[in-house]
Amino acid sequence: MKLKRRQRQRLGRVAGYVAFAAIILVAAFAADWGQLHDAFFRWDIATSMFPDAVTVALRNTVIYTLLAFVFGLVLGLILALMRRSSVAPYRWFARAYIELFRGLPALLVLFMVGYGIPIAFPNREIPGGVYGSVTIGLGVTAAAYMAETIRAGIQAVPKGQWEAARSLGMSHTRAMVSIVLPQAFRIVIPPLTNEIILLTKDTSLAYVLGVTAGTIELTKFAGDALNTKVNPTPLVVAGLLYLAITLPLSQLVRWFERRAERAA
Amino acid sequence: MSAIVLNGVRKSFGANEVLRGIDLTIEPGEVVCVIGPSGSGKSTLLRCVNLLETPTAGTVHVGGVDVTDPDCDIDAVRRRIGMVFQQFNLFGHLSVRDNLTIAQRRVLGRSKASAVEVARANLARVGLSEKAGAYPAQLSGGQQQRVAIARALSMDPELMLFDEPTSALDPELVGEVLAVMRGLADEGMTMLVVTHEMAFAREVSSRVVFLDGGVVAEQGPPAQIFGAPKEARTAAFLKRVLEPTHVDL
Repeated sequence: MKLKRRQRQRLGRVAGYVAFAAIILVAAFAADWGQLHDAFFRWDIATSMFPDAVTVALRNTVIYTLLAFVFGLVLGLILALMRRSSVAPYRWFARAYIELFRGLPALLVLFMVGYGIPIAFPNREIPGGVYGSVTIGLGVTAAAYMAETIRAGIQAVPKGQWEAARSLGMSHTRAMVSIVLPQAFRIVIPPLTNEIILLTKDTSLAYVLGVTAGTIELTKFAGDALNTKVNPTPLVVAGLLYLAITLPLSQLVRWFERRAERAA
Repeated sequence: MSAIVLNGVRKSFGANEVLRGIDLTIEPGEVVCVIGPSGSGKSTLLRCVNLLETPTAGTVHVGGVDVTDPDCDIDAVRRRIGMVFQQFNLFGHLSVRDNLTIAQRRVLGRSKASAVEVARANLARVGLSEKAGAYPAQLSGGQQQRVAIARALSMDPELMLFDEPTSALDPELVGEVLAVMRGLADEGMTMLVVTHEMAFAREVSSRVVFLDGGVVAEQGPPAQIFGAPKEARTAAFLKRVLEPTHVDL
């Protein structure tokens, strides 16, 4: 029997739906729902984690994220400007820094900051304790990524904006600060918001610096609860709390992007 | 003292020599239109005056100051030169009012109140008082270019450079920009205008400079250039641009 092209396409699509539904159904039937519920969705265990899950763990996660972001943003901006400098050694340094920290795992950098610096400078302490260490440890890596993002944003500002600013008698620095950077930052708001999402998740690495009851963040908090309750429900609670931050942020990114498309 | 003096100005981009030795003097109060075929170096010539392009050879004096001297404070000279671009180049993140005040405040150090007052006067001059709060993206091309002129005027420049100010405009918007420029010329502003608007060059300018192949091929009063050009290539160029291509229907 010969099928027409349209009919063959329709048949292929229906077969795809059926296979997809079948896989979902098999997975649903294969799962032991009772056991799953006892493992991951124990209401009593979930409620026992509050309010500390929010007032301590989530709060610290947000604090670590914001501190690392601000630190990384400032350092990233400096690196981006150095990358475009007319002074060659500045360019080389920024280039080397960016390549280095984009190539290293964030966990390794955290170890370096948390354990390497105290050994290298035995009589000094990183200000802010664990907060300071996490800020620097996550911030130096984030700065490398943000530097490249900001540099791309600066380059995306049309050359005519520079020429107009300079023609009005503005110095290079004044034109950069008053005219180019404000427009560059509008361009890079979506990718920078993505960077906050990535940092939020990377704060889960902070546990390696030996966080205490006061400085604990979501992942370590959930891990401890997992050990004491011998039940994985805390992991689900932590996951939902992460999503409570990251999902609105990614919605925000999409909103920024739509707005940018409309403006263009 | 002459407003602008170009002396043997040459400019190359790589192997391509765009300006091949330009000598040109513009006196205060003159309105000089630069015309010529595309690629003849008109815009490059204009951009050499405020050093948006650095000449490869020769000197440029603006108001007696040698801007081609490496020790020259070019920012200080640019403050006195208004520049209007083909693509307007308004600052997209700033309102019309802020476009007009930012350089007054950051470069000239004027107070906010006096900068706003100057901005208001110049917006009125270009007929856009009601657009002070608008953003560039909300304006038509003609309005944007008039704002760009008002922005340059707000710095109280001694001379104005226009780089094909109407070339990016829809035909029906050209008139409003030319009207503003004509008003400026009538007030005695020193103007160097690169343009394709032959009617404007003929009626408004005090002198027309015909550029061809990177050199000044001919210059003189508009009546002479348009009425009795001495050079064959001037006549050929004017014939091309003034006589619309005849189409048999």
